[in-house]
Amino acid sequence: MAQPPEVKPADPDASPGLPWPRTWRGVYLLVFGCFLLVVGALTLFARFFA
Amino acid sequence: MNAFDWVVLLGTMVGIAAYGAWHTRHTDHLDTYLKGSKTTGWFTIGLSVMATQASAITFLSIPGQGFESGVGFVQNYFGLPLALIIVCAVFLPLYRKLGVYTSYEFLGRRFDGKTRLLGAGLFLIQRGLAAGVTIYAPAIILCTVLGWRLDLTIIGTGLLVIVYTVTGGSVAVSLTQKWQVAVIFAGMVTAFFVLVSKFPAGLGFTGAAHLAGALGKLEAVDWSLDPARRYTVWSGVFGGLFLSLSYFGTDQSQVQRYIGGASLRESRLGLVFNALLKIPMQFCILLLGALVFVFYQFQPAPVFHNRVEWQRHAAGAHGATFRALEAKHATLHQAKQAKIAEWQAARAGGDPAAEVAARAALVAANAATDAVRAEAKSALLAEDPAAPVKDSDYVFISFIVAQLPHGVVGLLVAVMIAAALGSKAGELNALGTTSTIDLWRHFRPLAAHDERRNVRVAKWFTAFWGVFAIGFALFAGFAENLIEAINILGSIFYGVVLGIFLVAFFLKMVGGTAVFWGAVAAQSLIFALFFLRHRYPLLDFSYLWYNLIGCTACMLSSLIIQALLPNQSAGENRGNRA
Repeated sequence: MAQPPEVKPADPDASPGLPWPRTWRGVYLLVFGCFLLVVGALTLFARFFA
Repeated sequence: MNAFDWVVLLGTMVGIAAYGAWHTRHTDHLDTYLKGSKTTGWFTIGLSVMATQASAITFLSIPGQGFESGVGFVQNYFGLPLALIIVCAVFLPLYRKLGVYTSYEFLGRRFDGKTRLLGAGLFLIQRGLAAGVTIYAPAIILCTVLGWRLDLTIIGTGLLVIVYTVTGGSVAVSLTQKWQVAVIFAGMVTAFFVLVSKFPAGLGFTGAAHLAGALGKLEAVDWSLDPARRYTVWSGVFGGLFLSLSYFGTDQSQVQRYIGGASLRESRLGLVFNALLKIPMQFCILLLGALVFVFYQFQPAPVFHNRVEWQRHAAGAHGATFRALEAKHATLHQAKQAKIAEWQAARAGGDPAAEVAARAALVAANAATDAVRAEAKSALLAEDPAAPVKDSDYVFISFIVAQLPHGVVGLLVAVMIAAALGSKAGELNALGTTSTIDLWRHFRPLAAHDERRNVRVAKWFTAFWGVFAIGFALFAGFAENLIEAINILGSIFYGVVLGIFLVAFFLKMVGGTAVFWGAVAAQSLIFALFFLRHRYPLLDFSYLWYNLIGCTACMLSSLIIQALLPNQSAGENRGNRA
């Protein structure tokens, strides 16, 4: 009988092949940072035009 | 629509479909047919993921949502970037490493055959039903406004998508989606600039945004902790996270878009592209709706935006009631225009107290017109209890047809059709693949080695689901609330399906039997919450929370059942019965 697949997250320090960020962890942090920035911008937008 | 509009519409839609079918007509390898070309880059993957998610109803309903309730709906997408990070880091590498065709195939390898069939079965039921709606929902709106025949529109768009999806499989779907998204972006950007150019002189974008904000249409972020409020930051982040994680991580119509491609890197970057772009894109579509609302503040505005339905009743036996409501609305609308002028003058005068008073008067005038619109809907229901009273879906398309120049009308109708075809193609491709891999090949394992036969079967299944969707759209006789119900259906099932996958990824000690019955128990709980929500006000919360509850309940009950079945767990966890 075959073993069930080993479930392991991919190496977050591997290179995404981009000039910046240098690791996938960095890419994920960038996405998260952009998300926070967008929520902040939407809050400011709503306040400015309220 | 005139001849120029038809040339733009048919030229783009038939041209893209023919290009997709012709370019991919020799696709006869199973891997390419089901997963797409091995050379597909991140940009095509990203656009394909985007096109599959954005159906025609996105471009019809979301501007209407912005018009009616403002831009707060954008919070619904707050969980999406976070979910895509998890899919990139955990789900995607494993799918690629195992080389599976479907996400349910992974369940078979991790657990057993019955869990795989449960996941595939839930997908086929839910997505198969939704496939009919994907064609029907935009067709009914376009046909009502443009005077087209509903049956011919459903059959025409349905056959068009079947032709290239069956011919070229996943490669054709990705290829055509890329061009369809280009048409969508071109159309929406054009609509935005034409709309702003139609504002009264001196108003401009900033003035329009201030007016929309004064009337409560730009409250993008709501930090309220009240669970009864449908869209808040919290329901968006937590409920939306689970909904998006389930949709992007486990729903085959999405998994199939990124599971192939040139490399893991390209697939990941395609998802990152969506994680960065989705919220701003949805906000822009909602903002467009809020700006259409501003446009109608300076024009005679209809009391009910589904004009065909309204005029049918206005010409009927009780037409006087409807005409009286229309006159009342017109009078109040004019009064509101006077209040807008007073508010603008107060703002320009720089007197904060006067501005506050003028704004309060404007808000009251807006509430008065809203009250007449509500009265109009009640009058329609009193006349015909089956009348479709949700007119917000008609706002944007009615605006396009009545206000935009010829050529742009054709382009914007092409946007709606392109979005319908793109999402429909993704669905058919996934339904055909799941039927072939998780049902046909599962029950006929010896046929797995005959590649040509597998491709042939996949084509037949894809065509079957296409014809099923057309038939369902033609004969099901959807009620308006059924369309909304099918949208909510996603949240009812998604949480539990996600729970099964999270158990597979993170709870190594849990086996197939435990997760199977855990999923059944969690699904029963969600059904109970859904059906008892009107009886117990405590249970009447936003449907987005079903995703979180379903997922958590599935994981917890799987753990408990596993603890009660210690003898079976060891054997199950060792075995691969898929």
